[in-house]
Parts: sequence; C-alpha cells; structure tokens
Amino acid sequence: MKLSLAWLSEWVRLPADEAAFAHGLTMAGFEVEGRSVAAPACSKVVVARIVSAEKHPEADKLRICVVDAGDPEPVQIVCGAANARAGIKVPLARVGAVLPGDLTIKTAKLRGVESFGMLCSARELGLGDSHTGLLELPDDAPIGADVREVLRLDDTILEINFTPNRGDALSVLGIAREAAVLGESAVCIPTTPAIPAMSEALFQVRIEAPEGCARFAGRVISGVNPQAKTPLWMQERLRRAGQRSLGPLVDVTNYVMLELGQPMHAYDLRRLEGGITVRWARAGEALELLEGSTIPLAHDMLVIADDVAPVGLAGVMGGKKSGIADDTTDVFLEAAWFQPNAVAGRGRRFGIMTDASQRYERGVDPEGIERAINRATQLLLEMAGGTPGPLQVTEAKAHLPVRSPIAVRARQIERLIGISIPSDRVAAILTALGMAVTPTADGHSVTPPSWRFDITMEADLIEEVARVYGYNEIPEIDAPMPQRPATVTEREIPGLRFALALVDRGYHEAINYTFVDPVLQRRLHPEVAALPLANPISAELGEMRVSLWPGLVKALGDNVRRQQDRVRLFEHGAKFVMQDNVLKEINVIGGIACGHADPEQWATPKQAVDFYDVKADVEALIALQGGKDWRFEAGAVSCLHPGRAAKILRGDRIVGYLGELHPELTRVLDLPSAPYLFEVELGALAITDLPKAEPLSRFPAVRRDLAVMVDESLTFNQLRESVTVGITEKLRELRVFDVYRGKGVETGRKSVALGLILQDKNKTLTDADVDAVMNGVRQRLERDVKATFRD
Amino acid sequence: MDLASLVTSGLGEIQSAADLVVLDQIRVRLLGKKGLITEQLKTLGALEPDARREAGARINDAKHTLTQAIDARNAVLEAAAVAAELAAGTIDVTLPGRGSLPGALHPVTRTRLRIEEIFRRAGFTIAEGPEVEDDFHNFEALNIPANHPARAMHDTFYFGDGRLLRTHTSPVQVRAMLANPPPLRIISPGRVYRCDSDQTHTPMFHQVEGLVLDENVSFANLKAILRRFVSEFFEKPLEIRLRPSYFPFTEPSAEVDCQCAFCEGRGCRVCKQTGWLEVLGCGVVHPNVLRNCGLDPEKVSGYAFGMGIERFSMLRYDVNDLRLYFENDLRFLGQFSRA
Repeated sequence: MKLSLAWLSEWVRLPADEAAFAHGLTMAGFEVEGRSVAAPACSKVVVARIVSAEKHPEADKLRICVVDAGDPEPVQIVCGAANARAGIKVPLARVGAVLPGDLTIKTAKLRGVESFGMLCSARELGLGDSHTGLLELPDDAPIGADVREVLRLDDTILEINFTPNRGDALSVLGIAREAAVLGESAVCIPTTPAIPAMSEALFQVRIEAPEGCARFAGRVISGVNPQAKTPLWMQERLRRAGQRSLGPLVDVTNYVMLELGQPMHAYDLRRLEGGITVRWARAGEALELLEGSTIPLAHDMLVIADDVAPVGLAGVMGGKKSGIADDTTDVFLEAAWFQPNAVAGRGRRFGIMTDASQRYERGVDPEGIERAINRATQLLLEMAGGTPGPLQVTEAKAHLPVRSPIAVRARQIERLIGISIPSDRVAAILTALGMAVTPTADGHSVTPPSWRFDITMEADLIEEVARVYGYNEIPEIDAPMPQRPATVTEREIPGLRFALALVDRGYHEAINYTFVDPVLQRRLHPEVAALPLANPISAELGEMRVSLWPGLVKALGDNVRRQQDRVRLFEHGAKFVMQDNVLKEINVIGGIACGHADPEQWATPKQAVDFYDVKADVEALIALQGGKDWRFEAGAVSCLHPGRAAKILRGDRIVGYLGELHPELTRVLDLPSAPYLFEVELGALAITDLPKAEPLSRFPAVRRDLAVMVDESLTFNQLRESVTVGITEKLRELRVFDVYRGKGVETGRKSVALGLILQDKNKTLTDADVDAVMNGVRQRLERDVKATFRD
Repeated sequence: MDLASLVTSGLGEIQSAADLVVLDQIRVRLLGKKGLITEQLKTLGALEPDARREAGARINDAKHTLTQAIDARNAVLEAAAVAAELAAGTIDVTLPGRGSLPGALHPVTRTRLRIEEIFRRAGFTIAEGPEVEDDFHNFEALNIPANHPARAMHDTFYFGDGRLLRTHTSPVQVRAMLANPPPLRIISPGRVYRCDSDQTHTPMFHQVEGLVLDENVSFANLKAILRRFVSEFFEKPLEIRLRPSYFPFTEPSAEVDCQCAFCEGRGCRVCKQTGWLEVLGCGVVHPNVLRNCGLDPEKVSGYAFGMGIERFSMLRYDVNDLRLYFENDLRFLGQFSRA
C-alpha cells in the first residue's frame, strides 16, 4: 500500500525524521519497501489566473493568454492547451523555473508572439501522466502562491508491505494507530458528523446469509451532480495512493477505503431491480464483473443480488450492470461487514485480487461501517451535492464477531520469549494497541478491539508484546544442548558419497527441474506413466520426471549448443513413478556422458566414450556398496540402443539401466555422437555391510592364461559362470585380457583370453594341482559353452 | 719402451679415453695378461735378485698408478654415460598429464552440505520427506486452512487430485512431529516449488528448514542459534536483526537480516547500501501447529526457521543471477571444482 505522510500526519503526530519513522514501521512489522517523493522537484511554479485567452493569429492550436500571477503587471503566455480559457487558475512556470526533467523555462517566441513562461499540465509537474490539458487548480488557490505549497507536493510516499494477518492496518487510520503506539502518542481521528437524512428515500436490504454478512449499512443519495469534478486535493491523495481518479462517486468510495480501511461500493439506483439481498449464489448463476469478465458463481460464493440477479461478488468486486456511469445521479452507497471466510479465496479462483478483497479476507472493523457511510456521504455532498436519505443498517447481531477476553500469563510470556517482561510494560503495550486490559493473578485478561482479527489466543498477545517491546531488545540465550550423540551408522552410505565418486571421475553435478517437457519425456519413456501438473508454469515443464534422463538429455543438448565437446553430467534426486497406482518418489543417481572418453590430450589416442567407459563409472558406484549380487543383463528400455543397453540388477530386481541413447533419438534430438546414459536407484546402493577382514594366504599365487573360442552370442557372464563353478575356493581372480575376432578364429566365433589367478589358502599349489584345475576348467567349458582352445 | 715412458704415455691414453669401450681396450693393452706391464714383469727373471726386487717394485708402482688412473677414468666415464642416458630420457614436464580431472558438486549441494554441517555440529539431525505432498502436511497442519490469505504467498503447483508439490520443507517437520516425541532438533533440506518464474524466482528451488522442540524453547534461544549460524556460515562474527513478520505456522514470527557479510554493515552494492541482508524467516512454533501434530502447547514449545539455499549460495560465491543455478552450464558448474 502506498501511503502519503502528509495525509497520515493529519491523523497522528509524526517524528521529523522520516527515515527513522519508516525504519520504525519496518521494525514493527510493517515493512517499508520504498520511500519516494510525491512529486519531483520543481521551482518557480506559481498559481496564476488566466485573464484572457485569445487565438494566436498565426497558429490554429495556440492561444495567447494573459495571466495574473500576482505581479503588478500581467504576464503574456503562449499556450497550446485546449482547456486554456479565461477565469481558471493554473500553474505558471515563470521564466527561470526548473521543471522535472531539468527543463528550464526561458522567454520564447512562438510564431512571432513572445511568451514569458509556461502554463503546466499535471504531467509537466510530474503529477501522473494526464496530459489532456492544463492542470486546473481550485478556485480558492491564492494567486502567486507556490504550487508546491498549494498542492502540498513536499510529501513523502511510503510503500508498505502488509502481512496477511494485519488487514486492520491497511488504511491511513490503521497505520496511524500503529504510529501512535510506536511514538507513544495518540491517534487523532477527525470527527465525522452523522449526516442527517434530507429525504425519506430508502432502499430495501435483506440479509439472507447472515453467516456471511452480519451487518450491511447503506444510504440512498439522490440528485448527485453527474458533471461534478473530484477536487484536486482528493485527486492528489488518490494519485499518491496509486489510484486513478474516476469521478466523484467512485473516488469517494476509494478515498474512504484508503482512509478508514472500509471497502465501499456505490450502485446506480436505476440499475437495481427491486431490493438488495445478500445471499449465497445459486447453481447456474453468473456475474459480469465491473472489469468486464463474466464469472460462473458457485453456492459457496456470497453475492449481493437484486430481485433479478447477482449484482456483485461480495467483498470482491461489483457487477458491471449496476456500476456507476457517467450520468448516474441517484446512488445507493454500501458499506458491509462480511465474514472473512465468506470472502477469502473467492476472487483468487478467478485470479482476481482487489483492494476490497484484500481487506475483507483479513477482516474489516464491523464497528467502522457507519462511520464510513457518514464519511462518504459528507465528502460526496461537498463535492457533488445530492440529497441523502437515512442511514440504513441491516444486521444479524448474532453473527457479528465477538471479542472475548483472553488470558495472557506472565510465565508463558517468559517461557516463549525467553525473558520476563514487567507486568506494567505488558499492560501498557496491549493498552496502547487498543486492547482492554485487566490484571489477573498470573498476568492479564485482555480483550482485543473490534478491528483486530488476528488476536484469538494467548500466543497472539505474546507476539504483540514481543513486537512492540522490540524483537531486537530480546537477548540471545543459548539453549542447553541435548547430551545425546546422534546415531552414526556405518552401514548406510550417504548419497553424497556416490556423488563425490562421480565428481572424482570427472562428472559435474547438474540440478534439473523435476518437472520436464512431456514431449521429450514421452520420447524417452513412452512406456512409463507420468504425473502431469494441473497448473504448470509452461507446457515445457508440464509433468513430473519418471527418470533423470529427460533433464540430463536436455542439459547435454544445451551444453553442446554452448560448444562443449565433452560432457559428463550427473544428477541425484527423486524421480516420480506410478507403481500399482501409487506414486513412488524414488531417489536415483544418474548421468550422461558424451564426447571423448578422456579429455583431448597430446599422448592419448582420441576415442569416443563407449559403453565400457560408462559401465566403469557405474561399477565404481557399485563397488562402494560392495555387494556380490549385482549383475548387468543385456536389453533395457526403448530409448536405448537395443544392442548397447543393460539392465542393472541387484539380486532379481532391476535397479537401474545403462546404455547408449538410441541412435534414432540422438538424431531427432540433434545431439552429437552417441551419448551414454545411466541411472541407479540410490536405495539399492545405500545399505552395505561392514568390511570383514579375512586372513591373507601365505602361499604363492599362480597365473594361467587360457584362450577360449566360443560362439559370438555367448556372453561373458555365461563364460565366467562355466569357469568359476567348482573352483571358487582356488580361483582368486579372473581377468579378461583380450577379446579377439578375425584371423585364426572361425566366423561367428570369438576368442576370449582369460587370466586365472589361482591360490590355495592351505598349501602351495603344485604344477600338478594347477594342471588339474585347468583341465577341469577346459572340460567344463567344452561341455557347457562348446568352447575350443587356441594353444 | 722404458717403464717411465710407458706410464707417461699410458696415463695420457687413459686420460683421453672417450668412452668405456676404449678405456677397456687400453686396460687390456696395458694391464692384461699379454699387456705391456705383464711383458715388463716377464723381463724380471733375467735380473739380479737386488735389481729384480728394485725393478719389481717400480713395475708394481707403475701398475698401481695405471690401475688407479683407469679406475678414476672409469668412474668419470661411467658417470658421463649415466648422465647421457638420463639426458636422452628427459621429457617435457610441463606438458599436461593424462586422464580426466575431477568434476564438481553443484553449488547448491555444496552450500546445502555446509549448512547441514553447521547445524549437525549444533546437535541437529537431518530429516527428509516427499516432494509430492498433500494439503494436510503442506498447509492444514501448518495452520494454513483453505482460503487463508497466506496461500496467496505460496503459488502452489497442483496435480488436480488434492496432491501438490510442497511449497516449503515444513511438511517434513510436520511428519517429524507426528512420528517422534520431542525433544526434536532437526533440519530438513530439500527441493521446494512455487509457481513463479522471473529473474529472481525459479519454479523450483531449495530450502533448509529447522525445528527445535522441547519443554521450554524460546524466541531468545532462536535468536542465539541464528546469530551463531550466520556467523559460522560466513566465517565472521555478524550481528542479526529481526523484523516482525507473519507466517501462519509461527508466532511470534520474524524476518531475519544479517549484517552484510561483504561490507560488515557499512553498506555496499550487495546489501544495496543498507548494511543488512535478508536471509531467513523464523518464529516460535504456533500452538495450532503443535496441536495439529498431537502435541500439547502447554508442555512443548519450540522454534522453527527456514532459509533459501540459493540465497546463501549466491552470497557465498558471488553469483549474481539465480537462473544460472538451473541452466547446468558447464562453464558455470566448472567454477566449483575446487573442493
């Protein structure tokens, strides 16, 4: 909310130091986000009366004005404004005046006629953007007086950020109350006389939904002058509050809301059929709002209706049909008290937040309604005349908020704040805030004022005490620390350990949004159901990821476009998949690798990253877990190259995938050479066993190599199984040191060179022992996998 | 040739031997079985015993002189040979090494770990929870009923079936309160989501929230932990300032400013000349929240706080654009490779 300090100063004594005052408000919970001047600097601009305005003989659009600026001699000004006419008072920038934008006014000659200054529009003085003509000053403005003083332009505007709990402070009155508490002074509320009725005109009001609207005040005012203009002082105050002037009827309702915090509405009586009913909307009803849109109504929406249809969404916005028009003369003014819950959130359904809904949602003072109607009547009569009818108040007393006493205990203040605050200080603070305070045996009994909707329990009062006492006056006190060491388990590997392993292997950690492009995700995982967002920020961020790959693939593409030729990225975090109709958030770690296997280097042959490079990265992660039940099996998901993809299994459960992106996708996504992807569930990696030391064998190891020729389709897994079964006791290690195809090996076969490292725990293996082992291996290989040997 | 000339010329030859092979040839010629010294010794037999003794001694002296010279020369040549071999094997040690260098943790992770470590040392444990949440844990339990104006502060992503993406990590605290009896001393780091995207907002970001519950935990305790935290984080003693604010789940509530870590409060570009940086939100846990989580506010009190990890990270590493955190640009990520 924008607040003019000049306006506020009519309600409460303000300290001279504006910066300190603004800081004080901030430190009391009303964050002053900005402080600006009401009008930019200007000098030598005075009130002048146009004595005569004649057409310029040489120019159709110029007038030669003679103005009285209080000098002995009149001043001649050539002026192009359409509204320049004899009799009106306008701002005159004298020769030598400096206007906003560093414009210095000099004597000028326009089409042969001399001009000794400039008559100004509002925009030229920096007062908004109206440039339709000269700024017409009030008739009582003293000629020759400085316009800055007449318009009180030396004013400061505070931009205040309100928290949702303090609707009561969203007005000049509200901030004046807080300022009075801070300055230990009193609010001086200008008295608003009750305006006596000058006619018998009444308008029927019925409250059909008292649980939503417990009080409704109204007044008919007839015969308002539709040609009347809003006085400049009010236009200025509205402008400083960030509101446009829209004619006296609307301006008055806005002004009263800004001043007293009570939202008001004015209906054009011609457009209301029968009477007004406050009721819940009925199925099928709709309402065309003032701002032009038509919204469907639901039965939990409170409306103001005439006998035909709703004419306003209660507490949010009036309807278009009964709104004020340029020729409105008879109006019905409304100031109502709506239950905050009956207003809250209703506008938000349609993306509508208004000054009224902002206040009603937080709670408006039910005791301020009549004052608001009277104030509005008073202003309207001054500005546009009219005949007021009687003030009508319709209410359902039982539904008005009741302010009950709340106990605040001294020991509870001390317990929650941490220090004891003297009882008289507590009472003084709460009293200053408008609360009725009576002492009790263990503290105070406090009844909050009608305008406070945020004080319903002891904690609310304690907050108020702390706030006014000053958060920064409260000391820092170390809490005793529980003497309980946290559980430290060595069997659980933190996710960070796996992240660091990949970092050390050259990967950079990426963080992608967990919502991804559905089109890309569908390409990568057509078989997985994803959870779409109902209100995504954009279509490209439309659904939750079912793997890390959509994000990583996109990040790869982005980096390639940034001319990176070697990319290693990994990410860890949740993926969101449906399993048996239940959403599972599964923590995974995954990566993407593309480009050279090693960074380009003078002595390393250039080689593109391949399956086995990335498999080594995955194996490094698995090695940290150390289980013996991990395996890789050919064949994985559709987005991978069918011949270069593996499922990663732990036991019988698939816990990850690894492989080359399907070449078709690489092409469609415009990615460079074969990116490799992997992803493993962190849950499968995270739990391990403690290392268990075994005694070292004292006997030498023996290595025997064996070149095994087998069918191309035979996997190493199958080969290994055949070799190891039966010799696990003696086989310490099995190495594959070559896989060869070509000369000397039949087509369709391959030669796999194995190195067996044999060792016995209890004795030195003799040549005969080793030969026996190797013969057994050969026989099993011949039998199991149709192996032949190259010796 | 007489013995003296033999020694003189031998010494000359030894001295000028260019390599070990030549030197060995000289040794054989002088001292070998058929060498010149051996020949000299053979002449001794023809001499008188006295002359033989004398001549023998001279020949032995000569042999000794030559042997020593050969050994010395041998040592020199051997050293030279080693030096030459080493010289031939010299490489350019300034050429780059082979293989890849480490990558980097993301600065958000790096900052999260730092925040976690500070609180861990203060006795906090780490709690985590789901990112797809329900209305109860994200709002209702936290004293934010439907239609509450505070919901406007949380631009929430919904799935249309009651589920939503958590707007803060407070639901983790709710789950912790429901699951564990106090005392409780936890922080909950994680991804959070708000339907908001501009220069200073990303629809996903990271928070760390803290919760301490015990019999008599106060606002004064909260102030103490927060000042210690910001001072530890920025590695210098910094003051904090609390401004009253409003969060539905705490009361009293405050925004926390810490003295600008860059100018120590004097005013600079980073703090926009104010001397203060807004870094945290906090407060005393609202009694309704305690009740919603099955706790009795008369028996349990506590404080809670929350901070944006990106905010701390940007301040710590001088990052001036939030969006860099989610673009995964290797040129940015690579700047965080030092440990």
